[in-house]
Amino acid sequence: MAVSQPSRSRDLDKLLLRPGHLVGPNFEPGPELRDDIKEYVKVLVVGAGGLGCELLKDLALTGFKYLDVIDMDRIEVTNLNRQFLFRLEDVGKPKAEVAAKRVMERVNGVNITPHFCRIEDKPLDFYSDFSIIVLGLDSVEARSYINAVACGFLEYDSEDNPREETVKPMVDGGTEGFKGHARIIVPGTTPCFECTIWLFPPQVKFPLCTLAETPRTAAHCIEYAHLIKWNEVHGSRSFDPDNPEDMQWVYSEAVKRAELFGIPGVTYSFTQGVVKNIIPAIASTNAIISAACALETLKIVSGCSKTLSNYLTYNGVEGLHTKVTEFVRDKDCLVCGPGVLIELDKSVTLKKFIDQLEDHPRLLLSRVSVTHRGKNLYMQAPPVLEEMTRSNLDLPLFELMGGVAKDVIHVNGMAGKGDKKQSCLRKLRVVFRGVDGIADIDMAGGA
Amino acid sequence: MAEPKTKYDRQLRIWGEQGQTALEKSSICLLNCGPTGSETLKNLVLGGVGSITVVDGSKVELGDLGNNFMVDESSVGQSKAKTVCAFLQELNDAVKAKFIEEYPEALIESNPSFFAQFTLVVATQLVEDKMMKLDKICRDANVMLIFARSYGLTGFVRISVKEHAVIESKPDHFLDDLRLNNPWPELKRFAETFDLDTADPIVHKHTPYVIILIKLAEEWARNHGGVLPSTREEKKEFKDLIKAKMIASDEENYKEAMEASFKVFAAQGISPSLQQIINDSCAEVNSLSSDFWVLVAALKEFIANEGGGEAPLEGSIPDMTSSTELYVNLQKKRSTKAEADFLVMEQRVRKILKKIGRDPDSISKATIKTFCRNARKLKVCRYSLMEDEYNSPVQLELQKYLTDEDYSTAVGFYILLRAVDRFAANYNSFPGQFDGEMDEEISRLKTTAVSLLADLGCNGSNLTEDLINEMCRYGAAELHAVAAIIGGIASQEVIKLITRQFVPMSGTFIFSGIDHKSQLLLF
Ligand SMILES: [Zn+2]
Repeated sequence: MAVSQPSRSRDLDKLLLRPGHLVGPNFEPGPELRDDIKEYVKVLVVGAGGLGCELLKDLALTGFKYLDVIDMDRIEVTNLNRQFLFRLEDVGKPKAEVAAKRVMERVNGVNITPHFCRIEDKPLDFYSDFSIIVLGLDSVEARSYINAVACGFLEYDSEDNPREETVKPMVDGGTEGFKGHARIIVPGTTPCFECTIWLFPPQVKFPLCTLAETPRTAAHCIEYAHLIKWNEVHGSRSFDPDNPEDMQWVYSEAVKRAELFGIPGVTYSFTQGVVKNIIPAIASTNAIISAACALETLKIVSGCSKTLSNYLTYNGVEGLHTKVTEFVRDKDCLVCGPGVLIELDKSVTLKKFIDQLEDHPRLLLSRVSVTHRGKNLYMQAPPVLEEMTRSNLDLPLFELMGGVAKDVIHVNGMAGKGDKKQSCLRKLRVVFRGVDGIADIDMAGGA
Repeated sequence: MAEPKTKYDRQLRIWGEQGQTALEKSSICLLNCGPTGSETLKNLVLGGVGSITVVDGSKVELGDLGNNFMVDESSVGQSKAKTVCAFLQELNDAVKAKFIEEYPEALIESNPSFFAQFTLVVATQLVEDKMMKLDKICRDANVMLIFARSYGLTGFVRISVKEHAVIESKPDHFLDDLRLNNPWPELKRFAETFDLDTADPIVHKHTPYVIILIKLAEEWARNHGGVLPSTREEKKEFKDLIKAKMIASDEENYKEAMEASFKVFAAQGISPSLQQIINDSCAEVNSLSSDFWVLVAALKEFIANEGGGEAPLEGSIPDMTSSTELYVNLQKKRSTKAEADFLVMEQRVRKILKKIGRDPDSISKATIKTFCRNARKLKVCRYSLMEDEYNSPVQLELQKYLTDEDYSTAVGFYILLRAVDRFAANYNSFPGQFDGEMDEEISRLKTTAVSLLADLGCNGSNLTEDLINEMCRYGAAELHAVAAIIGGIASQEVIKLITRQFVPMSGTFIFSGIDHKSQLLLF
């Protein structure tokens, strides 16, 4: 038997170069596959925290060469028990930059481009550049945003099947203490984040009357100091959770209130936990979940094995429980579906169109910006862009879209009513009445 | 320099100062520092274990650069143990990091007493006969042991400890100890001071649901010959009784009472799993008994006497709609009772210690208090010796797993993970380890696996060709992502074992990287 030549990809080669029976449908084993993954696959890692650090290491050692990482945070001391790419002397530096540098120092040949900014700061075509997006986040809002961006690229053909070249897969992980999840999202095929948003129920907030009138627990006393007393005393100066003096003030006010009512349990650490909504986190769980995500990323890209279908939960609190659940798509999902269909007359101006979206029962969109095929038709912000695009408002949308009978446009705005508004991205299918060649409206975008 | 504990803040919120102290006192030995071992230790060093000792006799090769983050270009040709140890030290200077450049396999043969100095040994990538030898050594020396192995897209984690008793099991969901259907006298008297038919709407909507349920349960029992609702109709009727007491639709306390009404029907007394613990022969204590079993012996006496069939009362209650005054009052009633139960328990513990010839003060008040607070949640985990599992497994279980569709891949991997070691013993390499005659390797592995199954008294027909093929394709590869999963799981279990909090896994965890339908196999 031949002894293999020494090679850096000694172990990975077994998986990528050899044929197998329990593999993905498009698996074509061979050195070309290994080299193509290196040369042509670009992976975006969203988040350079507990999961992100692990993900960068895992992906760099799983055959990927071109990685980008985006994170707006700077390194804090409390990161050091798990975010293993950071040292005490790095505190205060941007996470994305330090993480990228550390991995490149150790793994020869890997290229990591850091982006120290908010995910919303990047234009949509930044995201379209990647073959796959891996999410290592701890917030529902950020997941929702990236999900909408990736699903926004999705186009359907005339039979309502996703066009393969527009599918941007995502792999998402999350942890809390000894528990975590990993999932894959293939827009148009698996449920997207929004299809199963019920998996992330909104955090229960204490009623203000409980805080003000019938406090019973330490958390009630802390939230009273944080949400009610702070405003009474400091007026317009808003509370800064990262300012130790502010935190100390809330803590001592909470202690006073707790003493007044005979309620035990207010400590400084607990005050921080309640006010900042701290989620406990440990290295081992992050390692497990990130590695599962990295493995799925490789499988999606290479087909070297079957993929997770489609949601893995891990729970190590009582013994060890893992479970795979196959969730199903919400056919009416506003985010990963073909998009809400809007029928318009050719004469409708952009302004009138924007006004319609506010009243549309499924959309309820206000403060709308509109993009068509990467071109800004109208932008609410920044002021320079607003001024540049303002003149479009009085032009017919039909003209602005180049006179096509039907096409997909992207709108960005605030969804919902009252105080429940949140920023969101929606894909719409616009069809113009009375344009030649359109016999029916049962099409799904893409002119 | 930041405050030393600040960096541990996010984990202190999980296992507290006590758990952290236990970690800081522990000394961990790692056998083999490939990616599986290195990743396990990385997570433990970050968490702040006391000391680590890395044992590995090999040198860093080019291939190691592709799967292990803790070695780099400049370390090729150098001791792997030394290289990995140096990187781990960088992660946390509070940890004492040592290395021994020696093959673990040799150490197991030449110096078995070496292992006795550690709190816990993490043994990675060992073959079957070495695992069995090490298992015996650690069992005799009373050292905790955990095996971890990554192999292609599969792998396993298994704990081997004679007995692991957990006081603070900290389950996510556990029925609160509310005593709704058998309130102790003071609680009963307190409940009697309430009138659910009060005309004052403010008082009515601020009566805690615990009081509502105690009173209604008593009323029901009075009208039903002393028996609580048991049939579905009766339970519904009881809920309607609660609803009928509402005087306004916004009374959160009554809504909470209806939601919690099932707690009234819960069986009185202790759970079957606690019953099993107090019935354990270890609860018959002598001078050699551990503190845990002394405490259990005291608990057993308490339940039979002062407890009236119940464990000591837990101190705290969940939040519920109530006026501040009533809630604080209720809380006080509970802590008074909990304190009284604790004092009785303490007396019993001291008496037992004296009886078995130990210093009556050798178990601290704090320990007894923690024990009382968690008495209903105690856990005892026991693990068979690897040798017993391997040589005389429960045949029935194995056959059951082999024919169960949910388990077929996992148990297939279990058999094949053992078969590759036999294969390696015969042919000096793992199947498919080197490029070449794959078909021959596949047929040899198949023969090996079938004969292994026959030795275990099972039929090999359930082992699929696809899986055998897959195992040969893996060729003993240690993929980084799989190693990070296996190592991550191993380190999570190590933390649970050392902190003595939460419940460690039982049985053998078989990882399936094909579809993540991994399984715990219990033999
Ligand atoms: Zn969706």
